[in-house]
Amino acid sequence: MKIHEYQAKELFKQYGIDVPKSILCEKREDIEKSISKVSIPCVIKAQVHSGARGKAGGVKLADSYENALNIANSILGMELKSTQAGIKKVNKILIEEAVKIDKELYISLTFDRANECIAFIISSQGGMDIEEVAKSSPEKIYTMLIKDKFEPLSLISKLGFDEKITIKICNIANSLYKLIKEKDASLVEINPLVVTKTADVVALDAKINFDDNALFRHEEIAALKDEKEENPYELEAQKYGLNYIKLDGTIGCMVNGAGLAMATMDIIKLAGKDAANFLDVGGGASSEKIEHAFKILISDKNLEAVFINIFGGILRCDFLAEGVKNAIQNLKINIPIIVRMEGTNKEEGAKILANSGLKFTVVKNLNEAIEVIRKI
Amino acid sequence: MSIFINENTKLIVQGITGKEGSFHAKSCQEYGTKLVGGVTPKKGGTEILDVPVFNSVEEAVAEVKPNTTMIFVPARFAASAIIEAADAGIQLIVCITEGIPVYDMLEAKKAVISNGVRLIGPNCPGLISPEKSKVGIMPSSIHKKGNVGVVSRSGTLTYEAVYQLTQLGIGQSTCIGIGGDPVIGTNFIDVLKAFQDDKETDAICMIGEIGGSAEEEAADFIKQYVTKPVVSFIAGLSAPEGKRMGHAGAIISGGKGTASSKMKALNNAGVLVCKNPADIGITIKNILEKSN
Repeated sequence: MKIHEYQAKELFKQYGIDVPKSILCEKREDIEKSISKVSIPCVIKAQVHSGARGKAGGVKLADSYENALNIANSILGMELKSTQAGIKKVNKILIEEAVKIDKELYISLTFDRANECIAFIISSQGGMDIEEVAKSSPEKIYTMLIKDKFEPLSLISKLGFDEKITIKICNIANSLYKLIKEKDASLVEINPLVVTKTADVVALDAKINFDDNALFRHEEIAALKDEKEENPYELEAQKYGLNYIKLDGTIGCMVNGAGLAMATMDIIKLAGKDAANFLDVGGGASSEKIEHAFKILISDKNLEAVFINIFGGILRCDFLAEGVKNAIQNLKINIPIIVRMEGTNKEEGAKILANSGLKFTVVKNLNEAIEVIRKI
Repeated sequence: MSIFINENTKLIVQGITGKEGSFHAKSCQEYGTKLVGGVTPKKGGTEILDVPVFNSVEEAVAEVKPNTTMIFVPARFAASAIIEAADAGIQLIVCITEGIPVYDMLEAKKAVISNGVRLIGPNCPGLISPEKSKVGIMPSSIHKKGNVGVVSRSGTLTYEAVYQLTQLGIGQSTCIGIGGDPVIGTNFIDVLKAFQDDKETDAICMIGEIGGSAEEEAADFIKQYVTKPVVSFIAGLSAPEGKRMGHAGAIISGGKGTASSKMKALNNAGVLVCKNPADIGITIKNILEKSN
């Protein structure tokens, strides 16, 4: 789960990490009041779940009150186009006092999958895309794998600051480590972490991602979820325990199991089309669940056809067929439906579909499915 | 032979009194697996499926001497269940549970390694050595005894591949789902090594997916160690970057973990990589005929 910068900064404060003074603003009528509460110059920052906000025009410095008003009004409500997250509407802005910067650093702790431990990463090249830095000047990035105790001093010393600042950075690193462990975060990142002209060390940006599987033990974190940042259909699907991801193609698909669902998208691609979604209905889906899944699926107006690919193990094909039949009858669907059912109770399932009086294209295997989809 | 499980497997099920646990314990028992007991805290002293239920793995070990456990405990307790089994010295721990927090799994894996036992999963369908033993949730009927080893990060996609093989008259030595999570106990390399060393396995079917670098590491290992033919399919060639495709581990991030990178690495290691999942079975059939 992702959270906004302003939420991450609140967490930072709880862990003793300094952040600049700022005000969150969600309504146009509050802009004037909000700006008057901070000193100028200030920075206006779009609060959306996306990287590269600056490049997309979502982060701007204002050097006067009027200037701040204009910028805030233009950013709040804008459609932010980012290369990382597509188009996002800006529903919240953070108005933050500007800081006199001496040096910009990068600091993060992240779960390192290949090494199965937390990795600590710092760089003197703050404020830039760290993946770009990794490509262009890898020698400027220092990494430490934390296999046992976290002792960041040796790595931070490589940045060459005096003792006072080095200790301040060390304290921040230790706070971040405490945070990542205590809150089950998969990433905590400050880019840039700045050393100010007055020798303070301040987090100008804040990014935290959390392990979805651990949210059950962090109610306070789960409450930070901004549903406006999520696709409404994906949210609806989650309510029914369905794993649905909206994609850009025209062939809807409904599958049991994540691996087979991905393979089904690949099959659609092989047939010269693109999948409209990823949908894993899970192992023990009931016919009601299948019906809900179908409703969400066909809410996509771009659909040309739906491909149902089920390998019944725990999921019984007759339950599936019943749910599909009900959904089609209740929702009056008139696009082609292609069905491939294999496994538990497939004969019973086939009978239900055949006796429904509805039109299905039943295919025996994946190659047949490819041929049928190609002709749509 | 087969790998990891066989006629001598003595199984307990942790979480045996739950809906899923009892259903699959029964299915394994019906398949012929020697189910010797189950564990559910506070239910010790009762019986289910004609086997005793114990309060702890330690008690079960003392009484019925299992060498394998299958875990259906809910996600928030599953890592502790793995640690309990590892500390009790169970040699093979198969964890079916999905949704275990990553940092819990790091702790569980430490316990597995320090006790020198094997963990398969979590978030996996388990494993089956056809006609010998089943410790998992796969539909038994699609399997057939034979000489192809199947290893996969997925569940239903594995069933798909196995079904294709069985339809073509090709049986399997052992089929293993290693799980779709970022931190798993047994990886592709462990299984590839076991299949290479197994006399009854003549060819290997390896099914990967987007996310992480396990397939690339497997490709390196195949180059150095595996002489048996390997056929592979990687799911998610059409998956977009930055979206978690169902499995916690199936995500392309920062341009890493793509299907094409994995396919390329495997190709370079001499693996036959199928672009179409419908071709997995027939590709293995052809390769077996060629090598005969």
